[in-house]
Amino acid sequence: MTHPLKDQAAIVGIGATEFSKDSGRSELQLAVEAIKAALDEAGLKTSDVDGLSTFTMDNNPEIEIFRNIGGRNLKFFSRIEYGGGGACAPVHQAAMAVHSGVADVVVCYRAMNERSQYRFGASYVPPPLPSAALATFGWTVPFGLATPASWVAMCAQRYMHDFGATTEDFGRVTVAGRRMAANNPRAWFYQKPITLADHQKSRWIVEPLRLLDCCQESDGAVAIVVTRADRARHLRQKPVLIRGAAQGACDDQMNMTSFYRKDISALSEMRLVAKQLYAMAGIGPKDIQTAVLYDHFSPFVLPQLEAFDFCKRGEAKDFVKDGQIDMGGRLPVNTNGGQLGEAYIHGVNGIAEGVRQVRGSSVNQVKDVQHALVTAGTGVPTSGLILAAA
Amino acid sequence: MSGTEKNNWLEKVRAMVGREALPPQTAADPVNLPMIRRWCEAMGESDPKYLDGTAAPPAMLFVWTMGHFRAGPGREGGTLLGLDLVEAAGFTSVVATNVEEEYLRELRCGDVLTQRITLDAISEEKKTGLGVGHFVTYRYEFSDQKGEVVGRTLFRVLKFRPPAKTNETAARVDTDTAGVTQPLHPRPAITRDGAFFWEGLNQRKLLVRKCGSCGRLHHPPGPMCPDCNSLEWTTQQCSGRGRIHSFVVVHQPQIPGFQYPLPVALVDLEEGVRIVANLRDIAPGKVRINMPVEVEFVEVGKDFVIPAFRERQAG
Repeated sequence: MTHPLKDQAAIVGIGATEFSKDSGRSELQLAVEAIKAALDEAGLKTSDVDGLSTFTMDNNPEIEIFRNIGGRNLKFFSRIEYGGGGACAPVHQAAMAVHSGVADVVVCYRAMNERSQYRFGASYVPPPLPSAALATFGWTVPFGLATPASWVAMCAQRYMHDFGATTEDFGRVTVAGRRMAANNPRAWFYQKPITLADHQKSRWIVEPLRLLDCCQESDGAVAIVVTRADRARHLRQKPVLIRGAAQGACDDQMNMTSFYRKDISALSEMRLVAKQLYAMAGIGPKDIQTAVLYDHFSPFVLPQLEAFDFCKRGEAKDFVKDGQIDMGGRLPVNTNGGQLGEAYIHGVNGIAEGVRQVRGSSVNQVKDVQHALVTAGTGVPTSGLILAAA
Repeated sequence: MSGTEKNNWLEKVRAMVGREALPPQTAADPVNLPMIRRWCEAMGESDPKYLDGTAAPPAMLFVWTMGHFRAGPGREGGTLLGLDLVEAAGFTSVVATNVEEEYLRELRCGDVLTQRITLDAISEEKKTGLGVGHFVTYRYEFSDQKGEVVGRTLFRVLKFRPPAKTNETAARVDTDTAGVTQPLHPRPAITRDGAFFWEGLNQRKLLVRKCGSCGRLHHPPGPMCPDCNSLEWTTQQCSGRGRIHSFVVVHQPQIPGFQYPLPVALVDLEEGVRIVANLRDIAPGKVRINMPVEVEFVEVGKDFVIPAFRERQAG
């Protein structure tokens, strides 16, 4: 049976600010600039917007955005939990909203000064308040595990042990991303590729993660405009259909610290997203030509390749070593340079790249893209999209 | 820094003693009942004389002209006279040590206070538990709208040189039950579901949640058994023996309370649950997955014990 949401909604506009280390303006301004750019690209007016969706850790209230763009009737607004894991979920929300008739034009956004205004990768010591969410940090922070890097490193170490992977295997992910970024004028690391030796020389952050395994902290914003597929046909851009959209949380799920489940590096929540995406889209891994795999930290790109069955469990290191994620490989990955190379806009710049690949307008364009896969944050409850040509 | 340079700055500050430390500042708002009531609520003050606005609590003296704690337009507090020289000499950290107040008359709603601050004294260099520093004293005088002095405050701070590496957080210290000062160790947020774990550690016990119905063990603990959905539970004391399931070595960023490089392990306890904890007396380069370990208890703050693991001879 065809999934009722498949191909019912489309991305009709993408917009972004420049990506920098110091935007020099408020996060709210970044948000409305990106939203205006995305609407202009779509050929829609700000007054057409009746839905907004984002995910947690964005500091811009929906209503502040709405009054700044001169909105009148906001009928749908939703905000998904768990930071970067929610990156693809607003598009999922938007698709459901426009398909059900709750809203007509939904804008998904992310806008942050996460380098100049605060430091996104900084240690987090939660206030000692008796909430369930804060209490979960009590199982790691008092022992000095207080950063995303430290939480990911715990799983990465076990992955190395279980499958014989090395820090070089992680490094190859960064090298590949930086090679893509070198061709991308929007990327912070434009024309700045690195070698595996550079990676191996970079300092430890949390063993087994080196500096060059960790993505950047960036200032910038991205917005994505979603409407019904039938309306999309009459707009300015070639529509990009939302063929698959899903969220997932799994066994003994915790926020970055799912250390108590049997297999701590398998990303079972991403596996759940993969199964749902393939089922909804009615396709399998062989039908995907390119992917944007969430790369806040390089090691988690490997189990994502496995969760989506591009290779078997434990074999992603060989897939990467053989050049399969590079241009000309089986599955060019993170063709914008990813968050390691382009910018860390919490995964939403990856959705924009997925759109460009389907439209045929990426700086590292893969040939004959029928389906582009985009994933959201790893190690957290997550989400994903399969984008398709109309 | 040479002795001469040291004396130079100190002499300069001493020469400023008695001078105005900041321009006089008049309160933005008069003494008022809403602020009095809010203050009384926060402080647990219930005297009706204050709550009905007959008078302001004397201890609120400092409140009316108090500077803003966050900078912003029109909120430039300025630096107290002499402090820039003290800081430039390396005494960059601060802790308030004494406040002595003198109340000359009761304040009433409508009074508008003006504060005048003078530099009162700077001490010789002192060695303290926080580090080497100087006590700096300021004298605050508060007058009303008629110019009549209504109260005085003597405010003393210790400006000290933070120990190396923890410069921003040197003042964040904790004291263990033996009275030894140590860097403030991050404490957990605790709910009723997990409080037993932290209380058990204070008694040198490693406790995990045991379902009162099916008997299964779970960590981290929650209110309901994920296996049988029972809300009944008790605890089980673990042997403290286990093996390392995974580990990391933290280098950056560094937070107070830890020594770096910092190995942190995920340990499979022999009872079948997994727990995150620090490692003791194992060089970071020697840590291995499957290494047998056993628990010990480390007091990292007052009434705050955490588990740590050391290598154990397998057997």
